[in-house]
This record gives sequence, structure tokens and C-alpha cells, in this order.
Amino acid sequence: MATVTRTLPPAPTRPTPPRRRRPTIAGARRRLGILYASPMALLVVVLFVVPLVLMVWMSFNHWPLLGASAPNGVENYSALRDPLFLRAVVFTVKYTVVTTVVLGLVAFGLALLVQESRPGVGVYRTALFLPSVVGLASTSLLFYGLFNTEASPLNELVRYLGLGVVDWLGSTDNALASTVGMITWRFAGFYMLILMTGLQGIDPILYEAARADGANRWQILWRVTLPLLRPTLALTMVLSLTGSLLAFDQFFILTGGRHETATVVISVYREAFLSQDLGRAAAVSVAILAVLIVVNGAQLRLLRRGR
Amino acid sequence: MARARTAGFHVTGSALAVLFLLPMLWTLYSSVNGRRAADGEPGWGLDNYQRLADYGSGVGTYLANTLVVAVVAVAVTVVTTTLGGYALARLRFPGHNLLFIVTLAILMVPYTTILVPLYILLGWIGLQNSLVGLGLVLAMFQLPFGLFMMRSSFEALPRELEEAALIDGCTLGGALWRVLLRGVLPAVVTVGLFSFLSAWNEFVAPLIFLTDGAKFTLPVALFNLQSGSLGSVDFEALQAGVVTSALPCVVVFLLLQRHYVRGFTSGALKG
Repeated sequence: MATVTRTLPPAPTRPTPPRRRRPTIAGARRRLGILYASPMALLVVVLFVVPLVLMVWMSFNHWPLLGASAPNGVENYSALRDPLFLRAVVFTVKYTVVTTVVLGLVAFGLALLVQESRPGVGVYRTALFLPSVVGLASTSLLFYGLFNTEASPLNELVRYLGLGVVDWLGSTDNALASTVGMITWRFAGFYMLILMTGLQGIDPILYEAARADGANRWQILWRVTLPLLRPTLALTMVLSLTGSLLAFDQFFILTGGRHETATVVISVYREAFLSQDLGRAAAVSVAILAVLIVVNGAQLRLLRRGR
Repeated sequence: MARARTAGFHVTGSALAVLFLLPMLWTLYSSVNGRRAADGEPGWGLDNYQRLADYGSGVGTYLANTLVVAVVAVAVTVVTTTLGGYALARLRFPGHNLLFIVTLAILMVPYTTILVPLYILLGWIGLQNSLVGLGLVLAMFQLPFGLFMMRSSFEALPRELEEAALIDGCTLGGALWRVLLRGVLPAVVTVGLFSFLSAWNEFVAPLIFLTDGAKFTLPVALFNLQSGSLGSVDFEALQAGVVTSALPCVVVFLLLQRHYVRGFTSGALKG
């Protein structure tokens, strides 16, 4: 870097510096660019590009957790026909749809409530957002206690309402509903913040114009707010769909991922570390990746069209 | 009419705020109150935290492990994306577009899908069952957001700032250190904060990569506390654990809230 100092023109006396020196500065910038970008590039190549290639390679190999691996063609992909895996797919899709709808509606309601700046609104925003900084694993453990402790406020309330004892995580439907409730509590503030940013980006003049034209609140919501919010809505949907399709922590902790509530990622985990077959796990991973790239691609296109 | 609407706003707002804070307040309360918290008598006490402290390798070990992972992740994320963001914003070099695109592609690849090959790869480079290896992986997942934030912050700084520093005799590197870094400091804090929260709370990656019980991070250790003892879960110690794990995040967030919201509004999340 010391060379850079020496090649710099000492003062901005334009006509004198020889032309040859300019490429040297550009060269120094290029070298410095490579130097500064290399730690990041190294991380990306070693921990992202190589594993990605390795994942595809592993999916065509018999690859036990311990011991030698050997190519076995597309045999691993039969994991995609496994009835347990198919059940996980159905459950995951069901969970994703329910979560995205419920979470979206709740977050949108909250965003409408807290979008205007008025006294005290900051406190509400912070309170509603606070669950989002608690880790998902901690949240799941917290709710595991909330569901299973007899004296928890939740069970007290249910008893007060005369509903008796509810087995929150018992049947598949109960477990699904309880988990969706917990996820809504955890993420509503997060999506509220995104939607609020979008709402605040809408020019207030448009609302005034609509009101001047005699539109009522519903009409304003349907005809002005929602169409203009489309990019933000699409973004929250991408995040929510991807997050839910890859659900792991919540079910793994709340129900132990027992068969009826196993998600796709839980079944990958099972293949890899319980069945100790990394090749099959890799094959399932490749399939998930392909599906998600298609889903994300479609949604990003929707997002762009909304602009 | 306006006053009624304001009152309605505050009633709804407070009710929702209470609803959202209640689970956390209940955990905090039940971790220090009850028979198991206070020598078998109803009342207040820290017995739950005592049992938690003695669980497994000790909660101190798990906290230290989690801290190591978070520090590695934050340091690596901040250093690599600051240097990389500067390089991509201000220095032209061969492959800069490719690097940007490949780094952003990390967002398109859901990270749980590459954990299995990462597990093998970390074994090859001797970082399996290593807190540093785990920190590096978690840093990698933060690169797209961090790079995006840092690159746009550097681009937002006026070019004259750097030129003035160069004319005053700074080297290019010196200009970055002495002048530009001040200008992008808010973005550095935002990137660090996001990286800290995600590393501190991560569950799947440590569950897979760490095989030695003494190296577990707090979330994995708490999961073992919950699932390890079938039938007789120590719920009270678990509540104490949830508080221990959540409190640092809540405190850090409340202190740096402004920076967190900046991360949202900067456009990085607006797509």
C-alpha cells in the first residue's frame, strides 16, 4: 500500500503528471479490491459454493454417516417416494398455508394500528416487536412450558372459561393450531414492522384524494392501500412461505417431531443423523432446494410486476 | 369523536401489548417464584437458576460457548462485509459482479438444505465439533444482508470525502480506516446486531455440528434439558434457562433498537 502513496500526484497540478501513472493507480485499486474482497470471497467459496456442489455429488453416492462412500446413481432419490417423507410434505404444506394466512392477517392488522405516529405508539411498536428478538428455540421451550404447566396463564384461562383440560400438543390438529399460535406470537411484530414500512411509504395525498372523491374506509383499504402495498405484501409472503416450508425448531421441540408432525426438514435430519444415511438426506435437500428456487423465482417475479 | 378514537387506540394498543408481553413476563415470574424456586416453600427464590447452573456441564459453560460462537460470527461478518462492501462500492476489480451475485445467491439457498454437506466439509477442514467452525458457518449465512448493507452505505458516502483524504496524504487503506469507517458506522452496528441475534439464537446448526456435550450452545443445552429427561421435565429450571437465553437479546435490542429498525427501512429488506 506504500506504493500507492508514492504514485499519487503530490498536488492537483493537472498538466504535469505523466499519463503512465494513471493505470498504476487503477492497478493499485484493483489489487486493493482483490485484497479486500478476498476474505469474503474465501468464505463464500469454502462454506457455500463447495457445499452446494458437494450436496449434489453426495446425492448420487451411498454416503453413510461413518465409513466410506461409493457412487450409487439415483438410488438415493427413492427417499422422495418414502411414505413418511410424503406425509411430511403434506403436513409441511398444510402448516405453511395456515401460518402464512393467519400470520399475514394478524401482522397486517397490527401494522394498520401502529402505522400512524402519535403519542405512545412507539411503546406499542416495541412491545409487539419484542417477541421477535427471542430465539425460535427459546420461544418453543417457553411455550412448551406454557402448554404443559398446569398453572400457566393459558391453562388458567381455559379453566376459567370452563373448557377443562386441553392437551395443547396432543392430536396432530391441536399441535398444528398451537404451533401456529406460537409462531404468530413470535413473528407478528416482525412482519408488522415490514408492512408498516410499506404503509408509511404510501403518499398521504392519495388517501386525501380518495376521501375527497367520497370513498369510505373499506374502499380506501381495497382500492388504494392494498394495491399500493403489493410489493411489500409479496415480500412478506416470500419470507413467510420460505420460513414455514423450512420449519424445524418449533416442531422438533414442541412435539419432538413425532411422525404426524414431522416437517420436511425434520425428515432430512432423520435421514442424516438417525438413519445415518447422508446420501439420502442430500437427495432430499437437492429436491427441496429445487422446489424453493422455483417458488422464490415465481414470487420475485410477482414482486417485480407489482412495482 | 377524535378523543374517542384516541381512547380506542390506546385500549386496543395496551391490550395487545399485554398479550404479547404476557408469555415473557410469565416465564420471568415463574422462574423466580414457586415451590421449586424457594426451598419448597411458596415464595421467591433463585433455586431454579441454581439447578440450571448445575445442569450438565453448567450453564456458565453453555453461555460461554454461545458467546464464543456469537463473537466469531459477528467479528467475521462485520470485517468481511465491511472490506467486501468497500471493495464492491469503490474498487473495480475482476470478478466483482460475480462475487456480488454469488453472495446474494446465499439468500436463495435455504440454509437448512446445505447443512448436511457443510457437516462433511467441516470434518474435512478439521472444524467439525468446533465453536469457531460453527461461528464461521453462521457468519456466512449473514453475508448477503451484511454485504448489501455495507455496499449501499459506502456508495452513499460522497466520493469527495475519500478524495480529500487521499489529497491529504492518506493511502487508500488509510482513507478507509480513518475517514470512511466513521461514515458507515451505523451500518456496521446494524450488521453486527443482526449477526449477533441470529448466532445467539441459532438452533439447528449447533444441534448438527456440535457432538461434544461440553461444547453445546445454550439453545441446544436447554433442548437437552427439556427432551433428555423423559417424563420428568424440570419445567422451572427450563423457565430459568429461557430467561437466561432471551434476556441478552432483549437488552441488546432495547439498547440498539434504532439500528435494528434502520436495517428494515434501509431497503435491504424491501427487496
